[in-house]
Amino acid sequence: MRRLTLILALLAAPLSAETVNGLRTVEEFDGMEGEDRSVALFEEVLKVVEHPRCLNCHPKGDSPLQGDAMEVHQPPVVRGAADFGAPGMNCTTCHGAENVAFVTGDGSIPGHEPWQLAPESMAWVGLSGAEICAQLKDPERNGDRDLAEIHEHMAEDGLVGWGWHPGEGREPVPGTQEVFGELVKAWIDTGAACPAG
Amino acid sequence: MTKQSRRQFLASSAGLVIGVALPLKGHAQSGAAAALGDGTLSEGAFAPNAFIRIAPDNTVTVLSKHIEFGQGPYTGLATLVADEMDASWDQIRVESAPANDELYKNLAFGLQGTGGSTAMANSWMQMRQAGAAARAMLVAAAAEEWGVDASTISVSAGEVTDGTNRASFGELAEAAARQSVPVEPAVKNRSEFTLIGTEVPKVDSRAKSTGTAEFTLDVYRDGMQTVVTRRPSVIGAKVASFDDSAALEVPGVVAVRQIPQGVAVYAENTAAALKGREALRVEWDMSEAETRSSEEIFAEFSRMAESPGVVVEEEGDSAAALESAETVHEAEFLFPYLAHAPMEPLDAVLEVTGDKAEIWMGAQFPTADKGAVAQVLGLAPENVTMNVMLAGGSFGRRAQPSAHIGAEVAAIAKATGGDGAWKLVWTREDDLTGAYYRPLTVHRMRGGIDADGNITAWEDRVVNQSIMEGTPFDQGGADPTSFEGSTKMPYDLPNRTIDWIKATSPVPVLWWRSVGHTHTGYATEVFLDELLEKAGKDPVQGRLDLMRDDAGRDRAVLERVAEMAGWDGTKVKGDRAYGVAVHESFETYVAQIVEVSDQGGMPRVHKVWVAVDCGIAINPNVIAAQIEGGVGYGLGTALFNELVLGPGGEVLQKNFDTYRMLRISEMPEVEVAIIESEADPTGIGEPGTPPIAPAVANAWRALTGTAPRKLPFAQAGA
Amino acid sequence: MTLLTVNGEEVSLDLPEDTPLLWALRDELRLTGTKFGCGIAQCGACTVMVDGMPRRSCVTPVGTLEGASVETIEKVEGPEAKAVQDAWTRIDVPQCGWCQSGQVMSATALLRMNPAPSDEDIDNAMAGNICRCATYVRIRAAIHDAAETLEG
Repeated sequence: MRRLTLILALLAAPLSAETVNGLRTVEEFDGMEGEDRSVALFEEVLKVVEHPRCLNCHPKGDSPLQGDAMEVHQPPVVRGAADFGAPGMNCTTCHGAENVAFVTGDGSIPGHEPWQLAPESMAWVGLSGAEICAQLKDPERNGDRDLAEIHEHMAEDGLVGWGWHPGEGREPVPGTQEVFGELVKAWIDTGAACPAG
Repeated sequence: MTKQSRRQFLASSAGLVIGVALPLKGHAQSGAAAALGDGTLSEGAFAPNAFIRIAPDNTVTVLSKHIEFGQGPYTGLATLVADEMDASWDQIRVESAPANDELYKNLAFGLQGTGGSTAMANSWMQMRQAGAAARAMLVAAAAEEWGVDASTISVSAGEVTDGTNRASFGELAEAAARQSVPVEPAVKNRSEFTLIGTEVPKVDSRAKSTGTAEFTLDVYRDGMQTVVTRRPSVIGAKVASFDDSAALEVPGVVAVRQIPQGVAVYAENTAAALKGREALRVEWDMSEAETRSSEEIFAEFSRMAESPGVVVEEEGDSAAALESAETVHEAEFLFPYLAHAPMEPLDAVLEVTGDKAEIWMGAQFPTADKGAVAQVLGLAPENVTMNVMLAGGSFGRRAQPSAHIGAEVAAIAKATGGDGAWKLVWTREDDLTGAYYRPLTVHRMRGGIDADGNITAWEDRVVNQSIMEGTPFDQGGADPTSFEGSTKMPYDLPNRTIDWIKATSPVPVLWWRSVGHTHTGYATEVFLDELLEKAGKDPVQGRLDLMRDDAGRDRAVLERVAEMAGWDGTKVKGDRAYGVAVHESFETYVAQIVEVSDQGGMPRVHKVWVAVDCGIAINPNVIAAQIEGGVGYGLGTALFNELVLGPGGEVLQKNFDTYRMLRISEMPEVEVAIIESEADPTGIGEPGTPPIAPAVANAWRALTGTAPRKLPFAQAGA
Repeated sequence: MTLLTVNGEEVSLDLPEDTPLLWALRDELRLTGTKFGCGIAQCGACTVMVDGMPRRSCVTPVGTLEGASVETIEKVEGPEAKAVQDAWTRIDVPQCGWCQSGQVMSATALLRMNPAPSDEDIDNAMAGNICRCATYVRIRAAIHDAAETLEG
């Protein structure tokens, strides 16, 4: 039924794919097979992974980024020994367990428990899709996770999920965490192929 | 004038009234005591004049006619008094003087006020004479009590003695109050100073390190409401209509009223007031607003700079000299609007009881704000009491001829139509979007060099709004605060034309730490550095060679700073470049050399050497602190700050996330040398600021080939 | 109603849960040493300790503080706080003073975690505290001075 609807939708508007908040669902890739399908699924996953909401806390080097323009975090903060800031100014000095809307004007400060940087091994900023893909699959650089654990992290982790609920003044990542999780699972199930180059 | 008159004026050598003494039975009833009202002088206390109170517990309280917001007048003024009294520094306390133009006027202004780096300069003799008068009366009291001749009595570290008898100031206070006030008390020779020139500890450091110093925002009155005002985000817009239904739903919001400044939200506490304001919907009338963007204003000012302005300084014939010059160099420098951004946003507390009102605020012109309260509320000025509070920074922002804060809090009270107490709170957003900026300014510079490398022509055309126009400081004619520093340069530049074009805008502008020098220092010292380079001259020696014979103090600071920095003419060493600037402001001479590297396309300033001549150094530690702070203030601004009017005139920078402040990790090391001087003290709050931006730009040019034509270094939004 | 401990005393705050701790401290408890500078966690003037860690009170809703222990400049205690405040006074760090409560709290937090910080450690810990008077040179010196005092 869903398939039929999709086909009808495609017939009606061949250029508009079935998306949820700008992220294509797994079913969208049903027409593809083998490695092509796996790569295509991963490229859809990248729409989330390469979004500033995710990249900003997967920075290269010592400083998180912020904003859609991915500028260096202000105030200047450092990763610290535990990816949690410096003694005297940890992430939690400003970031609480939830997003907090500013009372004096527009915007909010993001929050989640925990709130911290991805480890340096998981830096994504500056990497190509292929490089991110390789990193994700490399236990040396993905926090010693197997692919099932990668899926679990993507589909269920609360800090990952913050990307869809980033608070006033920030654009959420596309899709939903559920659709994203399904995409990751489908990518893994199709052999977790990486894009070329 | 007889020395023994019962009522007399204590006059300075300049003939200015510095205090009124009315010795009554048992007490010297001073102007200060009168101004402070009954009960402020405890039994047995002694107030020889408007500036000093000596209590039986042996504390000496100095009343500061200047507001303290970090620049150090509490410590500085008290030092002058204590030295002349031969008091012990431990017994000194400082309080703010009340608002009273007659007693507490700035002798440089003619009304009570702090600004223009004048606090110590205008008080130098006045406070010393006040202290000397108090000392003389204490000595006279001791002489009377002990039955000895006054000439046998000495005073040291707060102890009065004739060698046999000893007494503290507190013990002599009551008797001293019965003595007549000396007309022209002798002040010390400079060799006799015991505190002046030493680094006495600042009187306010402890309270400010323990959270106990009381500022305006810390004042709470019974039944007080907190009020925030919705102001326009386009400057000059007026309220057309508003919908307060959602705001009034917010728990804690008490009322919403339209006032001339916007729409005021009254609440039981600050959080409720802020939430209520967020819930307001306001439509704005843009007919009187500045709807041009900064970009459009810059373009307009640049176009205006193509035509001559009012000549404010001229020598020779610059046009002809440019014609015949071997090399002509031109530059246009653009300076954005800047906000002062003191850390304590503007605020005031007002309490109205019947036909009386009392206000607490960090007013730099307290009588102006007091007057505004009286006027708005229709009260007699003498029925309004002004408490000048410690202020969390100002940098000029609180020096308001407009008295707009006094007027706003009074309008808030008036709109309720009754008695009560209100605290007006400005948020950072209000502060940054609330105008009174450093004027946006364009300098159009042209210089000529002859075949021998001599600078033969110099033109500097300034386009900006006038700060003084329409204020009590307006003296008609060209506003010197628009171009000060472009004029009266220390260099002998023949064929020189400085002219000014007055621009207009609905954006209110204001003095900002060092006023005109904020841009003239940059334009002149960057342009000169470029001319010297084109002429093949060394930046330091080239400047020294150009200095007029009467520019000895400029010369001395430049020579000193070159020595401190080990200047050898090498502008680049490895990845570090060095730049110099020298600029006098407020009669204080400052030269700086900076060490800079390129950090990702932005200057990283590692070290700043500073030589300063501000006359006699009353407290070298405070002077060094003001230089350090002035350097940091100017550096952060030069690197990061532009208050941008966006399309339609909306102010784009609303808080510190986009109006970026210098942080500790960006602060250079600062080494300060103070020139030994016998000259009377001059200002120190502002003069450290002007040279830093041009010095950094000159170093940056050595490193990269170009100095910014538009500040800041980091263009907003880039 | 939020129950928490402020400076060792149990306090119940009957305020909307989204009320920032900053304004609860100031307006309700009259602990005015904690200052307002920006409201968006950019300046650090409002820094307090929550459960022993530095925290910007302007972005901390009281509703998140049930059972928490808050320490403010008025009662910050221990050898580190004393060493910091003494050094601040000795070196005459403050100018206008508005930011200094927050600076003192951040410096105290730093020294509690790292009793002998380098210049870089100081920059990292203190970069969230703006001083518009730019007293930074002295803040750095005073933290080193306090560290020396602690070393004894």
